[in-house]
Amino acid sequence: MAQVLDRPPVRPVVETPTAGRRTAGRLTLPTLLALTAIVTIVPFAAMVLVAFAPPSGRTFPDALNPANFTLENFSKVLSSSDIPRWTVNSLLYSLVSVACVLLFASMAGYAFAKKKFPGREIMFWAFLATLMVPFQATLIPSYILVAKLDWVDSYWGLIVPTLANSQAVFLMRQFIMQLPDELFEAAEIDGAPEWRIFTMIVLPLVRPVLATLGIFVFLWHWNDFLWPLVIGQSGQMQTLTVGLATLQTQAVPINQVMAGATITVVPSLLVFGLLQRYLTDSIAMSGLKA
Amino acid sequence: MGLLFVAPMLVLFLLFRFLPAIGAFFLSLTDYRISGKWDFIALDNYTRLLSDKVFHEALLVTITYTVIFVPLTVLLSLGTAVLLHQVVWKRGFFRGVFFLPYVTSIVLAAVIWKWIYDAQDGLLNSVLGLVSIGPIDFLSQSSTVLPSIAVTSAWKGFGYSMLILLAGLQAVPKSYLEAAMIDGAGTWQRFRYVTLPQLRPVLFFVLVIETIGAFQVFDAMYVMTGGGPVRSSYSLVYFLYDSGFKYFDFGYASAIGLVLFLIVLIVSLVQRRLVGRDD
Repeated sequence: MAQVLDRPPVRPVVETPTAGRRTAGRLTLPTLLALTAIVTIVPFAAMVLVAFAPPSGRTFPDALNPANFTLENFSKVLSSSDIPRWTVNSLLYSLVSVACVLLFASMAGYAFAKKKFPGREIMFWAFLATLMVPFQATLIPSYILVAKLDWVDSYWGLIVPTLANSQAVFLMRQFIMQLPDELFEAAEIDGAPEWRIFTMIVLPLVRPVLATLGIFVFLWHWNDFLWPLVIGQSGQMQTLTVGLATLQTQAVPINQVMAGATITVVPSLLVFGLLQRYLTDSIAMSGLKA
Repeated sequence: MGLLFVAPMLVLFLLFRFLPAIGAFFLSLTDYRISGKWDFIALDNYTRLLSDKVFHEALLVTITYTVIFVPLTVLLSLGTAVLLHQVVWKRGFFRGVFFLPYVTSIVLAAVIWKWIYDAQDGLLNSVLGLVSIGPIDFLSQSSTVLPSIAVTSAWKGFGYSMLILLAGLQAVPKSYLEAAMIDGAGTWQRFRYVTLPQLRPVLFFVLVIETIGAFQVFDAMYVMTGGGPVRSSYSLVYFLYDSGFKYFDFGYASAIGLVLFLIVLIVSLVQRRLVGRDD
């Protein structure tokens, strides 16, 4: 009985059904968009609020009162943990990697795109094929190799094995291939040495790609976890991601963990704020994955 | 001369990509231990895997996680991409907001969400408490732990697929949609019969990328649950990590790595097959 009553009566003829639906659509879609955006931001907002909240009391809803904001959590976590050292490690890991990958990948990309040498095609496809092998599948032999080189718990072990970046080589080759051959031929006829052609002609031309690629390589390394976890075994050699993970397994109060988390996210946010366009455009165009 | 330019990368690749790839295969046929001593044991590691209950559980956990994570993240990224495509208002701003979690690390996401899910003091249970639900100990129950981790990873990563799908949506020719509109197709019909078929290759790419990523899940579980409760969030890569760096059973861990490689390879080949047929 109830079911019969609940069913709406036969609809009267609606004159403009699509028009009605469309205005409703216009109202709800932006609302839905805004709601989704708020839900996306809430975890970040909560992190920052808890990081600034006084350590006593419940984290929620006490953390919402700006009158109580304090820097105590930051000073405590900075003095009681190795965060300054981890930050240095993360910066070294990311920035040295960016510099080396950009240099080596543009050199290799230039050779693959514009130079003729024996084994070029096979070599390039072999580079690309390594994309198919997940990093975790070769984690153990990579670790044994680094151990044999006596590089465990060192910057060498942390950085050098991660420089073999096939996506970077591929991207540089694709970009340099589009540059006209005449540019390089003219310089060669003038007798310019190869190294000068590379530094004076190739590098200035690839600057826009270098910027994009640099952001990605930075984020890959800044956010990397498994390799630093395995290589940086002593507290002194950990990166921020690994340090943050160990921090929250110890009996560190949640306010301090969130203060530490807030510190780790700052460089990513800086990169994001300054270079968002580069990032989003290049993903849409090339499918680069950080 | 060209070879000189390739040389630095070539050395790096030979040492740190090709050698470990070949090494992984040979290691998996040995009982290599931390002392460096080893014997050739043929396929023993693989037969051991077949009868190892922990491996079966880890495989099941990984597959279950993938089955939850992939639809969740694809729906989330497709939904936000469609919203961004439809609503012009402040598009750049909202795109930035959705992309923001992607530039952070999964460790950061895991640390924040671990607290959000906390039974005593977490954000989610505080909110649920307002409507007298719970508290629910999301990460300590085997029924809720994988969905909770999947939500965390989806939140962290959906911005990437969203951008790819948004680019795909913007590439759908307007004339197709206009023609459908003239033929009297409604919003949903235009989406279902014009946009979605045009979007198929992009959607497929996203599906494959996310599936491969899901099979490699580790970081979030390491940080949020340590694989628990009772191994109900203990993935293949977690098993690999423990075998290698907790039990120092390097040969066995390499065999797990090879299984992971085969799974990723099969997913990629299936993609090539299906997409190749399309073109």
